[in-house]
Amino acid sequence: MSFHDREFKKPDFNRISDVIWEVPTSFKQGMRVPAQVFTTKKLLGEMDAHVFDQITNVATLPGIVRAAMCMPDGHSGYGFPIGGVAAMDIENGGVISPGGIGFDINCGMRLLRTDLTWKDVEPKLKQLVNLLYDRVPAGVGSAAFDDAAGFAKLSHGQFREMISSGAEWCVEKGYGWKEDLAVTEEEGNAEGADESRVSDKAVKRGLGQVGTLGSGNHYLEIQVVKKENIFDEEYAKKLGIFPGQVVVMFHCGSRGFGHQVATDYLQLFLSVMESKYGIKILDRELACAPFTSKEGQDYFAAMKCGINFSFANRQMIAHRIREAFAQIFGKDAEALGMRQIYDVAHNTAKLEEYEVDGKKKKLLIHRKGATRSLGPGNPNIPKAYRDIGQPVIIGGSMETGSYLLVGTKGAEEQTFGSTAHGAGRTMSRTRAIREIVGNTRDMPRDKARAIERRKVEELVINPMIKKGIYVKSVSYSGLAEEAGFAYKDIDEVIDATAKADISKPVVRLIPVGNVKG
Amino acid sequence: MTMSYHFVEDVSLADVAFEASGKDLKELFESAGLAVTNTMVRNLASVHTKVTKTVDVEGSDVENLMFNFLQEFVFLKDAERLLFGKIKIDEISEIACKATLYGEKLDSKRHDLSVDVKAITYHMFRVERTREGWQAFVVLDV
Repeated sequence: MSFHDREFKKPDFNRISDVIWEVPTSFKQGMRVPAQVFTTKKLLGEMDAHVFDQITNVATLPGIVRAAMCMPDGHSGYGFPIGGVAAMDIENGGVISPGGIGFDINCGMRLLRTDLTWKDVEPKLKQLVNLLYDRVPAGVGSAAFDDAAGFAKLSHGQFREMISSGAEWCVEKGYGWKEDLAVTEEEGNAEGADESRVSDKAVKRGLGQVGTLGSGNHYLEIQVVKKENIFDEEYAKKLGIFPGQVVVMFHCGSRGFGHQVATDYLQLFLSVMESKYGIKILDRELACAPFTSKEGQDYFAAMKCGINFSFANRQMIAHRIREAFAQIFGKDAEALGMRQIYDVAHNTAKLEEYEVDGKKKKLLIHRKGATRSLGPGNPNIPKAYRDIGQPVIIGGSMETGSYLLVGTKGAEEQTFGSTAHGAGRTMSRTRAIREIVGNTRDMPRDKARAIERRKVEELVINPMIKKGIYVKSVSYSGLAEEAGFAYKDIDEVIDATAKADISKPVVRLIPVGNVKG
Repeated sequence: MTMSYHFVEDVSLADVAFEASGKDLKELFESAGLAVTNTMVRNLASVHTKVTKTVDVEGSDVENLMFNFLQEFVFLKDAERLLFGKIKIDEISEIACKATLYGEKLDSKRHDLSVDVKAITYHMFRVERTREGWQAFVVLDV
């Protein structure tokens, strides 16, 4: 047995309902609240045991209220599981933890509609995907596409301006429409972002990366609305969706900039947490500081710069998508009806008010791989959608499809306004590659490359082509890592969120073209 | 040479984990640095030596030193788009390390690029003395 191996005990769950499974505080020493997993019995059985170890660790953090929660797509991460939600009472010692947000601060999803139908797009699909692949750089260390305005050559000063006002900065510079901001979480500009709390190292990492996808599970997809996949016609109409329509969805985050902000503060918190604040934790990735402490406030202000970078990144990508469509279809983006439906964050911490034990409290809600899901009437929802609930965008694996949903009152009551964010992995990347390619790391380069190409074509690309999906990727092994079989069934995840009443599905979107890092 | 590393399956589903070893700290650090690069580019031999960089890092202990050392690879990949296929540790103790890195700008046409490393994590992070020398376990956020 190698020294990283550890045994994890699967807990005995108390069944609260068909979709809520609770681990009592007696499970682990130091748990301040129970842990609750929101999912179906089937998906619960498929979750790896690390998830339960991690979510019960989260339940030990100072100031946590009600329960440490895990969404239906939960899988093991570091510190918090992916799909973890934790609400901290900031007036009673509640902490902020970079591990509860993730290294990829404000990783999120954006969805653009069009007036185009599949009939319009089908003959030009390859051309369109190829152009998008050029304009929205993806992959390891992807660098920004440089336009005539010299966008990729930002100075440190300009970069610091950008992280101070997020997507708003891009729109002011002409990269996007004013109305995009109204349909972006926090209107694309996190209040309280303070660039002076951000290291030069972080700036250097992010400088050339605005408007890039990155790699891993980040992607850009052309998707089609099929009539039979619309679950609520009235809601679909309000969101700008119609049968036969083509829409564009993409998933990305704050790139090297956000990752460095998280790393900087993780290290700072590790150095002060115990010595200065007497906080003991079970896992270094749960490093934290009291929210009201100097370090806590500094991180909160720096993290908001990460949020802004990510909003700016997605704003730039949206702009490039509109440019590409305009070029291919010979009409400007306005004439093509390329309005933004919404932009959601799924790696954040935010101050929100919820009732706990009959009292309204200001809480810091950590959502790591969890999407905010506010119900109808909530004042934080843009006016156009206020009567139906906040749009929620959940991406599946690159083969299976994605969903547009809306938030619910049920989420506000049960999960501090949170729901799932994706399909959730069932298999590690290393194993997914081995399953498809076999072990080629020690083979001569040309031989390994040939095997990898052949296997990925045979087992990933060809099945996708058969399903009618044209894919363009920087990396063959990256495609193997993201193969559909490495993920949970997205339909089951969505079904679980609906059964638990933490979001309501409106339409399922089928991929036809995919750009991947 | 006992310098080596291997990737470990199913430790962290969304991420990449590796175990590195060496008969001394010098070998351990070289192995771990190559493992980080190998996560991003599948064939290290495709990374030629066109640029050399010297790094000088410190740590409060050997684990912190390793963390800071590996961070350099992630930083240089984003800030200067550099990958390194060869590492030479020039001087090392448990709290300081000087190294020369040999590599080049990343080139998606020539390098078998795999997945971007976002961060070195402390998840199960360990650097330990073993009977044969030193061993490290690292989970990378990708």
